[in-house]
Amino acid sequence: MKRIQTNNRILMWIDERLPIFSYAEENLASYPTPKNLNYWWNYGSLAGIVLAIMIVTGIFLAMNYQPHADVAFQSVERIVRDVNYGWLLRNLHSNGASMFFIVVYIHMFRGLYFGSYKAPRELLWMVGITIYVLMMATAFMGYVLPWGQMSFWGATVITNLFTAIPVIGEYIVIWVWGGFSVDAPTINRFFVWHYLLPMILFMVVVIHLWALHVNKSSNPLGIEVKSSADMIPFHPFYTIKDMYGLGIFMIVYMYFVFFAPDFFGEPDNYIPANPMVTPPHIVPEWYFLPFYAILRAIPDKLGGVAAMGMAIVILYVLPWLDTSKVRVATYRPIYKQLFWIFVVNIILLGWLGQKPAEGTYLIMSRLSTAYYFIFFLILPLVGKFEKTKQLPVSIFEEVAKKHRAKEDK
Amino acid sequence: MSDTSDTASTGTTADEIESAPRRDFLLISTTTLGLAGVGMAAWPFIYSINPAKDVLALSSTEVDLSAIEEGQAITVMWRGKPVFIRHRTEDDIASAASVDLSELRDPETDKERVKKPKWLIAIGICTHLGCIPSGQKLGDKKGDFGGWFCPCHGSHYDTSGRIRKGPAPFNLPVPEHAFTDETSILIG
Amino acid sequence: MHPRKLVIASAFASSLIAAGLVSGNAIAAGGSDPLPHNKWSFDGIFGSFDKPQLQRGAQVYLEVCSSCHSLEMVYYRNLMDIGFDKETVKEIASEYEAKDGPDDEGEMFLRQARLSDRFVSPFDNENAARSANGGSFPPDFSVITKARKGGADYIYGLMIGYLEDAPEGFELSDGTHYNKYFPGHQIFMSAPLYDEAVEYEDGTEPTLDQHAKDVSAFLAWAASPELEERKRLGIKVILYLLVLTAMLYALKRRIWSRIYLDEYTNDSYLGEFEQDINDVKNNVKRPN
Repeated sequence: MKRIQTNNRILMWIDERLPIFSYAEENLASYPTPKNLNYWWNYGSLAGIVLAIMIVTGIFLAMNYQPHADVAFQSVERIVRDVNYGWLLRNLHSNGASMFFIVVYIHMFRGLYFGSYKAPRELLWMVGITIYVLMMATAFMGYVLPWGQMSFWGATVITNLFTAIPVIGEYIVIWVWGGFSVDAPTINRFFVWHYLLPMILFMVVVIHLWALHVNKSSNPLGIEVKSSADMIPFHPFYTIKDMYGLGIFMIVYMYFVFFAPDFFGEPDNYIPANPMVTPPHIVPEWYFLPFYAILRAIPDKLGGVAAMGMAIVILYVLPWLDTSKVRVATYRPIYKQLFWIFVVNIILLGWLGQKPAEGTYLIMSRLSTAYYFIFFLILPLVGKFEKTKQLPVSIFEEVAKKHRAKEDK
Repeated sequence: MSDTSDTASTGTTADEIESAPRRDFLLISTTTLGLAGVGMAAWPFIYSINPAKDVLALSSTEVDLSAIEEGQAITVMWRGKPVFIRHRTEDDIASAASVDLSELRDPETDKERVKKPKWLIAIGICTHLGCIPSGQKLGDKKGDFGGWFCPCHGSHYDTSGRIRKGPAPFNLPVPEHAFTDETSILIG
Repeated sequence: MHPRKLVIASAFASSLIAAGLVSGNAIAAGGSDPLPHNKWSFDGIFGSFDKPQLQRGAQVYLEVCSSCHSLEMVYYRNLMDIGFDKETVKEIASEYEAKDGPDDEGEMFLRQARLSDRFVSPFDNENAARSANGGSFPPDFSVITKARKGGADYIYGLMIGYLEDAPEGFELSDGTHYNKYFPGHQIFMSAPLYDEAVEYEDGTEPTLDQHAKDVSAFLAWAASPELEERKRLGIKVILYLLVLTAMLYALKRRIWSRIYLDEYTNDSYLGEFEQDINDVKNNVKRPN
């Protein structure tokens, strides 16, 4: 690490003992970044900012929330009605969860399209998937806390997935509940986990960034950085680009917070939890719907749970399934088509997840689920037989070419 | 690299082309606006942990005094704090009234502190560090001045709840209260 | 019920219901007419409540609905937010008896409700409510417009959707009434509102339609009392963000215009980058 030099003696005194300023300079300011990152590369830092918003709003909500089955619902209403700006904190947090998933899903699709998971960034990708799994666990438990009908029945259904485990499943689910149904002990411990997991998630994000800064960002051309002409310092180029992207994102986010706070929610979650009545139409939060569709597509209980688990596990081995030497879909005609079908397929799965699992929907779910796995499993073959396009020579030349074309206009 | 992290921006702008001043203006105004926004966004968070509306709404308590004998005292809850209500004897009233103001650390006359001489109403929290003074029950230690005595650090209060001895700086505060009729008060 | 059965039941409840297999009666299984759409004063990003309307709605709630439906999360003091003065609200509250205690003898007792009390519920608990209403539970109204698809339109529709006689061929169960907009059409509650159900003090014509609109608006307020504050702040925030983002965009263009200059890549960063790139290429671990 290069040490900073400055005339400020206090800064130097600190930096010599704890080089935080040198570290920040190296990783935030002069950090070399490919010249040609497009806006799809905005979503990583955006996700980090949303995580920060979620943690801060969560801490302040926790100061007024009461994780007890008798009063949880009322305490959330009290936050909205009586706590100063409580409605704002709550809307920021509940809509922030949806925003977090939107951002992270785009971030993941970006990785998938541009081959960001390929060597030498396999661990970076795997740590990212771990963040995603932690996010899902955290979001699920957070959704239970308002203790409405959807909270309660979502918790019941999802925790019951454990009963699919042979022999010990029954005991595991009782262990998870702390009782014989989702009840007071469950909400209490879910609250603790919901508070704790983001802290773990945050640490995993640090590891994610660490892994990123070892091999640096990939880029839209997927070719190696060859010379300094291919790179620019992170600051000011990508700091400003990230800030601009953040501005656009905040406008969308704030629209929901202030003008459509219940857009992503379900009316049924404004009915207090009732263990005696299941709502006629239960659906998980939108970000779980594709996996929910996979779960229901398999007619066997254990099979469904296993398929859902596999759908996530397969993401971990993706770097080894994709054997192509070319990173980016732009130069891979077959992969590119498979990728876009995959995107449409995920959206289709999400749509099917909120439809009843029967008739045509069931058949479609099965086909969709099949494609989800086929996409990953045929990647080794695609890598072997695909005729890829000619890769550009260097990032610098591509950027210069683009610039000349712009000037000619 | 010869400076702090800012160099990345300032270093390149310094030898930049003609448009540098315009960018600087833009940079400064955008940064200011952005930081102002972050500052304003912090306010709802800070403000959110102030007392909520339901807490503020519970700010008055009605107390029936008719059952309190002369010389006795009761403690009632008001805003989560104990409020001492003492039915003072003639002696108590006389001793409270006879004090020379110059002797007092926090000078207040007894008249200023009570609505009716028979009734002293004061928040029962020692103004030193927040303990509850003793002296409410008959057998309690009442300190050298017949009022209250704080067991934590030895502050003595007189029959008007004024600080007379010990480390506490102020008298026991009198909450806003009003007699709704002869024998009942509304605190808050 | 056994946990495993619960899962199966809940996972497939949706499909069963949609298939209309629950009662074997396709119409009874959840169908309802499309809701009427009203133009509410609180719609849209500039929407705000019509306070006289909320006051009329409060009157309808208090005089009609409140005999069965609680409003547990609203306090009497909240009525001051919709334009009633303090004395009026105190008077309204004093007509109800709130449970308090325990007193010095350890007994719970009833006293006049105060501003700081929640709306007094008509029944002590759900069981009491069910037993008084032939087994059905009149839901709490605190967040009712958020808890039903359609919100205020649903309440309005329900109020005006009663038909004297069920359509030909529709069989009503005992004790139920036909409502166009109620899911499944069979509702235990008989039509609560009718022309002149309540006498308005402000001289507004007391029609069923007016009552229905007023009480729907009141309940929309009860569910989102923060609505006006929220939208007002929201407009400011969005305007601020639009300006800031426009400025960030200008700044971004300015900064990025430099990326194409050749001299940029030859400036002071050159040596540093070469070092970095070599390190990456040669897989060198640089000592810290």
